[in-house]
Amino acid sequence: MIDNIDRKLIKATQTGLPLTPRPYHTIAQQLNITAEEVMERLRKMLDYGIIRRIGAVPNHYALGYRYNGMTVWNVPDEQIDKLGKMVGELEFVSHCYHRPRHLPKWPYNLFAMVHGKNQTQVDQQIQQIIELLGKYNHGHETLYSTRILKKTGLRI
Amino acid sequence: MDNIDRNIINNLQGNFPICENPYAQVAEQLNITETELIQRIEKLLEQGMLTRFGPMYHAERLGGGLTLAAMQVPIAYFEKVAEQVNSFPEVAHNYAREHELNMWFVLATELPEQIDSMITAIEAKTGLHVYNMPKQTEYYIGFKIKV
Repeated sequence: MIDNIDRKLIKATQTGLPLTPRPYHTIAQQLNITAEEVMERLRKMLDYGIIRRIGAVPNHYALGYRYNGMTVWNVPDEQIDKLGKMVGELEFVSHCYHRPRHLPKWPYNLFAMVHGKNQTQVDQQIQQIIELLGKYNHGHETLYSTRILKKTGLRI
Repeated sequence: MDNIDRNIINNLQGNFPICENPYAQVAEQLNITETELIQRIEKLLEQGMLTRFGPMYHAERLGGGLTLAAMQVPIAYFEKVAEQVNSFPEVAHNYAREHELNMWFVLATELPEQIDSMITAIEAKTGLHVYNMPKQTEYYIGFKIKV
């Protein structure tokens, strides 16, 4: 799906776009291809979802969202796609996934990351998910991170 | 941070145009000049309000492997195990969390089939069981924050 030029383009842009009036031209010069080709390839990767979006990536923590919880839920497998979409649509949920259980230790199959400016706000968000899931919620927990042990960007 | 900065953050988390003069186009919508927009993005990056400005790539669609994994690490060995786990370049993020499963990390490999051998390697190095929790379905990833 992606070729060598795409790969070079990804490497050149994964840490950010040049802050120059014609950023795609700046990249084109670095890669020795035309700006039209750079734009064409970026549009194609957007269409295919290889690029999720282009824009500002905010630092939640620096912007005041200091309470970040990984909420995990045990919901019936046959309902999970419907419930996952509903939870994912909540404005304070940043990531929402179906992941495997590891019984008996880990009964949870639905993961949703929530973000708030204080504990009360996060507690209210969790309450909202509890109400949304209703009778399908067979147990849940919220795991707060206490320390970042390693953080490197995803690099290709 | 003033209202213009807030406007930039709230309105520029996606849909940055792909055209000859994208900053000029966005600046016009925000009622500022191209130069001011560029300078403000630069400043927001320097101050750490933004971690990046550009395309956000979808790791798995680039052909790599990605998974979330967790471990139950005895407190006495926590630092040593963190060091052992972090020594693998394939470990992209690693967080301590308050739970019986107290270490959670993201593994990113060049090829999807390398995930299983990475997990085996981490188990061998640490002597602990790794709970592999690859995503089965993604319902949403995005979150536009308002400031």
